[in-house]
Amino acid sequence: MVGGVAAGLAERLGLDPTVVRAAFVVTALASGFGLAAYVVGWLALPVAAGDERPAGASIIGRARSDTQGLALVVGLVPVLVLLLLGASVLRTPWLGSVAWPLLISAAGLILVWRNGTDADRAPIRQLGAPLARFGTGPHGTWRRAVLRAAVGVVLGTAGVSLIAGGQERAVVRPIGGVALVLGAIVVVFGPWWANLARELAQERRARTRAEERAELASRVHDSVLQTLALVQRHADDPQRVRSLARAQERELRAWLFEGRAPGDFDADVATLGDALRQVQSEVEAAHGARVELVVVGDAVLDERVGALVAAAREATVNAAKWSGAPVVSVYAEAEPEQVSVFVRDRGKGFDRQAVAAHRKGLAESIEGRMARAGGRARVASSPGSGTEVELAVPVARPAGHRRREGRA
Amino acid sequence: MTGGRPRVVLVDDHRLFRAGVRSELGDRVEVLGEAGDVAEAVEVITASGPDVVILDVHLPSGGGQAVVEEVKRTDPSVRFLALSVSDAPEDVIAVIRAGARGYVTKNIAGDELVEAVQRVAGGDAVFSPRLAGFVLDAFAALPDEAPPVDPELDQLSAREREVLRLIARGYTYKEVARELSISAKTVESHVSAVLRKLQLSTRYQLSRWAAERRLI
Repeated sequence: MVGGVAAGLAERLGLDPTVVRAAFVVTALASGFGLAAYVVGWLALPVAAGDERPAGASIIGRARSDTQGLALVVGLVPVLVLLLLGASVLRTPWLGSVAWPLLISAAGLILVWRNGTDADRAPIRQLGAPLARFGTGPHGTWRRAVLRAAVGVVLGTAGVSLIAGGQERAVVRPIGGVALVLGAIVVVFGPWWANLARELAQERRARTRAEERAELASRVHDSVLQTLALVQRHADDPQRVRSLARAQERELRAWLFEGRAPGDFDADVATLGDALRQVQSEVEAAHGARVELVVVGDAVLDERVGALVAAAREATVNAAKWSGAPVVSVYAEAEPEQVSVFVRDRGKGFDRQAVAAHRKGLAESIEGRMARAGGRARVASSPGSGTEVELAVPVARPAGHRRREGRA
Repeated sequence: MTGGRPRVVLVDDHRLFRAGVRSELGDRVEVLGEAGDVAEAVEVITASGPDVVILDVHLPSGGGQAVVEEVKRTDPSVRFLALSVSDAPEDVIAVIRAGARGYVTKNIAGDELVEAVQRVAGGDAVFSPRLAGFVLDAFAALPDEAPPVDPELDQLSAREREVLRLIARGYTYKEVARELSISAKTVESHVSAVLRKLQLSTRYQLSRWAAERRLI
């Protein structure tokens, strides 16, 4: 949906988002109050954790100090009074009943527009685009637009007059009227919305591609770049360099020709504990440091937990390679709400500011990966006192309970 | 402990390992004797009366648990520090419940082992990261579980849980104390309290928990 309100509300109430969406649509069509409730919810609901904005921040907090916006909203009151007056003068009660929700929605949208982030504004801009672009474009479209507008106006007027018209044929009247009004809306706005849907799909594809590229970059970093760094460190030890090169060659071949990406787990690895034990033995074999692993509880190795383990592997490799500490402690805990991993060493530590920007390990393989998986990463380190990396992902809910995703 | 060096008996069925531990401990402890199986261990321990027995969890004919139970019957003052390479939590928990005051893994560094022996000799509990993890697992609340019979014994306090988590993350007692802004003495008393609960609680999972590993 537009602002992700239905999904957010569904998560809060533990319902299926589709049910909540249907409830909004039905109440919106029936009286218009569903629409108003949706906009107000957009204003008031805090943003879910894992979104790019700070958790718990709702637009209404900012709107409260937006005096200009509030003045605009107060300015809508006379419009409401006018509409209500007009409704009673023209004896059209339906106008009076839609005036309230329409104006509440307008007020809400003004506040969202003025105080929301770009992410909040985007859907409003997209929905408003047909109006803004109406009549622009090359000649052919101009003529077609006029034609569409004319047909729309005729259909719309007919529909409205049927809804508001005389008393005869009491059942057929409102149904036919609603159908005509809907037809008018489709004729006028349909092409733009079709266009819009296409653009949205394209945008999503582009985003998926970008994420795939980032995932590929972190895989390459974790395998090939790590090995090259090891080769440089052991340049005076031909035996070790040879065995590193051989291992890397095997891994790359498996990746390119058998589809087993570096960092993938053996077929029989199905849980967080199994995967971390594999990481433990691989890191101990490749880097010589001892890895102390403690796992409390366990979790199924799904996509998020897989990303968590991949980031934990990277943190463990970093600790084994750079810290100089003989032991790396890895602690994993699966709780009902989240799965977390702590990777700690008592090595030399580092200063975040001093780490070269082109070193992608921390930013890409750990922090970027955790962000893509909807989790978080915290790195605490200072020169001389060792390093602790804390990683966590929320436990995946059953399908249909995802957080404010798929704004469409 | 009489004066300076703790007096120790080594129990492990691998002679090579005993020799390795002996040389790592050096002259910082006094090794009174060694044993390779349950009967021999009971005999050596009752004859020499050590402060601390360094005890392998896995021993032929009965395991470390049998040694602790046997010796405690005649001499409850002997203290045990369990040692193993094994990952099987139920074996480790069984030795602790029989009366051992600590558990460390065999890849522990020499200095740390000496420190652990001194701690046990002084009456404190020694929790390695792995044991802390086992205990957190054993006391974890299961979603569809009946309320504890004896809340005093069957549950960890929030603070005890915090302490155990930090130990499991690789913090030493001193580092735990700094992290939580409490004294090292307080950390020790939390750990001793956990040990007591572990030994006295009749909590269902303590005997059976391995069968119901929590998988979320």
